Amino acid sequence: MLDGFINWLGATQASLIIQKVFWIIPTVQIAHILAISVVLASMAMFDLRLLRLAGRRHSIAYFSRRFMPWLWGALIVLALSGSILIVGEPKRALGNVAFEAKMCMLAAAIAVTLVFQAILKRDLRLGGSDLAPSHFAAAKIVGLVSLALWVSIAVAGRLIAYAG
Amino acid sequence: MLDHFLHWLESTAPAIAISESTWLFPGIESVHVLAITLVVGSITMVDLRLLDVNLRDRPVGELIDEILPWTWTSFAVAVCTGALLFSSNATHYWGTVPFRLKMLLLVLAGVNMTVFHATTLRSVEVWGRQPQTPRAAKISGGVSLSLWIGVIALGRWIGFV
Repeated sequence: MLDGFINWLGATQASLIIQKVFWIIPTVQIAHILAISVVLASMAMFDLRLLRLAGRRHSIAYFSRRFMPWLWGALIVLALSGSILIVGEPKRALGNVAFEAKMCMLAAAIAVTLVFQAILKRDLRLGGSDLAPSHFAAAKIVGLVSLALWVSIAVAGRLIAYAG
Repeated sequence: MLDHFLHWLESTAPAIAISESTWLFPGIESVHVLAITLVVGSITMVDLRLLDVNLRDRPVGELIDEILPWTWTSFAVAVCTGALLFSSNATHYWGTVPFRLKMLLLVLAGVNMTVFHATTLRSVEVWGRQPQTPRAAKISGGVSLSLWIGVIALGRWIGFV
């Protein structure tokens, strides 16, 4: 079934244009890498704050306000540029082990982030000025898991070029 | 002389190991890309502050002290992994246009940073606490951002040559 979809996608007009115009894929890849650098740097800052390794004089709520908009903005750019790359080279990504691992880890990273943001928002709504101290230990685990996931996502992305 | 050096580099043990192994190159390349994204992402934060776009409520000096150690650490990783990748096929890379251009942009980024540190940043205590930044800081930030975007683009281009 996947093979059928890959063949259909590769034969669409959009895919043919992307394949034919030589500069589209390199250019879109560059935009994709730049957006990844925004995600990684933002999430590294945020996760290091959760791990209490950076920016300790500022609250977690402050870091969240600062960096979350960059994460969501860059993720939109990544989804768009990533889609163009898949349409242009469906065989390269779909069915590729590294790509599948990347998508699973991406889903996990987004889920972890959404859950953590929901907890932070609830703590703020309940009158706190920051994440409740009872959640600090859990926040460290979130920071570690999130950082490991985002790093692995970027690595898996590069490995798509080599895996089958 | 340069040719001798490049050939010698290709004959070193790590270079041979990388070019003969299936997974060493992709593995090192992944770390290289990771390190570069962290370099560029973190520098972008500082550049956008210098351009008066982002983090306007944060003193510039404080931001630089906080972010640059991470940038330098990532940069060191990028240089080491980049050198290993280069050694595996040194004569080829040296002969390509994007590799040479990338090295040129890296040098220019270094010059831009040195000039900024030696001039504008010296008076950061005077201007760094206001949201608005002086024109010299905006120029440094804009030049830096453009050069690093160029470095990423050329790096990707090397892989297509």
